[in-house]
Amino acid sequence: MKRKPDKGERVVAAMSGGVDSSLMAKLLLDQGYDVIGVTMKLWTYERGGGNSRAADSNCCSIEEINDARMVCHQLGIPHYVLDFSDTFHDTVVENFVSEYLNGSTPNPCVLCNSRVRWVSLLDRIGEFGAEFIATGHYARRRYNPETDSMELLQGLDPHKDQSYVLWGVSQDLLRRTLWPLGNFTKDTVREDASDANLHTAQRPESFEICFVTDNDYRRFLSEYATEEMESIPEGDIVDTEGNVLGKHEGYPNYTIGQRRGLGVAVGEPVYVKEIRPESNRIVVGKKQEVLSQTCEIAGVNYTSGITLTEPTRVRAAIRYNHRGAEATIIPGDKNTATIEFDEPQHAITPGQSAVFFRDDLVLGGGFIKQAA
Amino acid sequence: MGNRKSNIIYADHSATTPVHPQVIEEMQRVMTDVWGNASSVHQIGRSAKVELEMARERIAGSINAARNETFFTSGGTESDNFALRGFAEAFRSKGKHIITSKAEHHAVLHTCEALEKNGYSVTYLEVNEHGMVNPGDVKAAITDETILISIMHANNEIGAINPIGEIGALAHKHDIPFHTDAVQTFGKLSIDVKELNVDALSVSGHKIYGPKGIGFLYVNRNLDIIPQLTGGAQERNLRAGTENLPAIMGLAKAVELSMEKRESESERLRNLQHQLEAGLTEQISGTTVHGHPEKRIPGLTHIGFDNVDGESLVMNLDMRGIAVSSGSACSSGSVNPSHGLMAMGYEPDRAKSAIRISLGRSNTEEDIPVLVEAIKEEVARVRSAGENRNQTKKEKVVHA
Repeated sequence: MKRKPDKGERVVAAMSGGVDSSLMAKLLLDQGYDVIGVTMKLWTYERGGGNSRAADSNCCSIEEINDARMVCHQLGIPHYVLDFSDTFHDTVVENFVSEYLNGSTPNPCVLCNSRVRWVSLLDRIGEFGAEFIATGHYARRRYNPETDSMELLQGLDPHKDQSYVLWGVSQDLLRRTLWPLGNFTKDTVREDASDANLHTAQRPESFEICFVTDNDYRRFLSEYATEEMESIPEGDIVDTEGNVLGKHEGYPNYTIGQRRGLGVAVGEPVYVKEIRPESNRIVVGKKQEVLSQTCEIAGVNYTSGITLTEPTRVRAAIRYNHRGAEATIIPGDKNTATIEFDEPQHAITPGQSAVFFRDDLVLGGGFIKQAA
Repeated sequence: MGNRKSNIIYADHSATTPVHPQVIEEMQRVMTDVWGNASSVHQIGRSAKVELEMARERIAGSINAARNETFFTSGGTESDNFALRGFAEAFRSKGKHIITSKAEHHAVLHTCEALEKNGYSVTYLEVNEHGMVNPGDVKAAITDETILISIMHANNEIGAINPIGEIGALAHKHDIPFHTDAVQTFGKLSIDVKELNVDALSVSGHKIYGPKGIGFLYVNRNLDIIPQLTGGAQERNLRAGTENLPAIMGLAKAVELSMEKRESESERLRNLQHQLEAGLTEQISGTTVHGHPEKRIPGLTHIGFDNVDGESLVMNLDMRGIAVSSGSACSSGSVNPSHGLMAMGYEPDRAKSAIRISLGRSNTEEDIPVLVEAIKEEVARVRSAGENRNQTKKEKVVHA
């Protein structure tokens, strides 16, 4: 199988309307590819409420689609919008809601990348006569002839590396993906975009979850899943010994490690340690009580094609922007594994992803089920 | 015509049309020489007023209406809003029921929905598989409370022509005002508001090789209508705001040009349409032309290809310089199957497999074989990509 498109071959550039994907498309053109810009419409804001017009940048909003269109026009390439909002809704948004209702804290970007964006887009590009896609993620890939696998590597800019949200992309799809920005830093991207006079060069960055425009997931849940949220009564906030310390306003409104807004005063700071939907309780603890030494993960994908069978030394990240901690991963059956950290970790959160690395190589990742 | 851009074949005239050079010339003349405010007392203003009223007269004449029955608006959407909201308000003491069809343009449907929120009730009639409204259904829907019937002259997606003369006669028999959206038919079909029993009629400039942002609404002078834009006394006190004279004069020129050649041009387009449809159905398997065999807008072909995503076909054709539309996409890029096609009883898959080719003045006989060949190749490409995809999926299922 081809590992890279030939010169002049058609490549589909996934354009979000931000500066990263804009420069990415330009780089592809400079490399001599026949580039088509595609914006994936994953969400319609009427569905999620909130004042999307007030936000500076929202993925899939009319503004971003228009920005992508302007940049493509500038680059002299076609631009099309493909609508995958039904799949996104059924897969990512439904999961987002049900995870919170289960007392977990999901990372929708991970699920979107592993189940929606790559699969949907690569499924369609054959119709354009293309075999490869490119995205503006800060990540790299490298072919390993020994394992005949395409390996996922961290982006070189440590502040921008996005490999954490890419662990779920399958080998099959990885082989057909280009990441022209993998060796770039954010600053050089902005500079180069400015030098090229790209319309989006100064576009502010977005950090929020794309469908929660105001970054207020509690507001989103209450509007989007009103009935479910209203059916969840108030409950007790307890300490690790079961003493009632206060009342919570419905457990989905809390996340592990949360300190503020608990309304509990016990003389020293306490953090959410556990969310127990079955007993409608939130367990809080002092800083050292929120530390965990191990976590169980499920749905494991060995991203780079190296399937672990023995306990292996890794560096494991438990949330986005976590640089990772030294650990041993012990593979289990049915795509599960246990991660034992050398040092206990703060607020390991069910629903988030644990991603494990060897140096800058992403070995794989999985969804955190529980911490202990 | 000098408006073909390089080697692009433009076959999306139902979306918009290239502006006729004589229209541009006329607008330039007005912007240069007749820039006065038509409401002013002085001669600069008076000359603008004279041009305005002469334009109004020419336009009114084109549909057998009078000058005081013709009101300039910003286009089809405003005309529809003006008619629906204006009549609804004027007749609210008589009743609050409106009849329309499910295949109307959003300018009508969304306005009806807004009226529903204001206490009106709306009957949305079904259409047959050709997209046409059955006058019998209109009759059956009429109640003592009905104050307005709005049925489009022809559908904008598959081009189905409605029997509006018959519907108009029915409306008048019951003393109910009748509005029709003629945005897609004006300049193509003969329109006489008296003959058709129409009380209000919407027209847009940019569908007839005129400028965008201008149109008009005909309103029967015997009927009361409430203005929706309030302010100055322009447009006989019914539509406030300084008149957009350059656009109005451009519209008048476009109307004049359309009328001059209406019959011969419609005949020419009908011929091209037949050649195109014959070529496509003969050369591409699994092809269905949608709509009534005859009662369709000249030049408009809505055609479906089995196992093809219409949206992909449009994009692939675009990449080789052919502009058509899938008829279901809006500016936000959403590809929900169109409400019009769903109203005609199309399965979502069939609705999504179609494209709309709308020929117009930009097209010549030489375009037809080029279109057929290109569509044939792109249909084959999209179909084979689909087959490969299904093949891969099957293999995966086997291995799983």
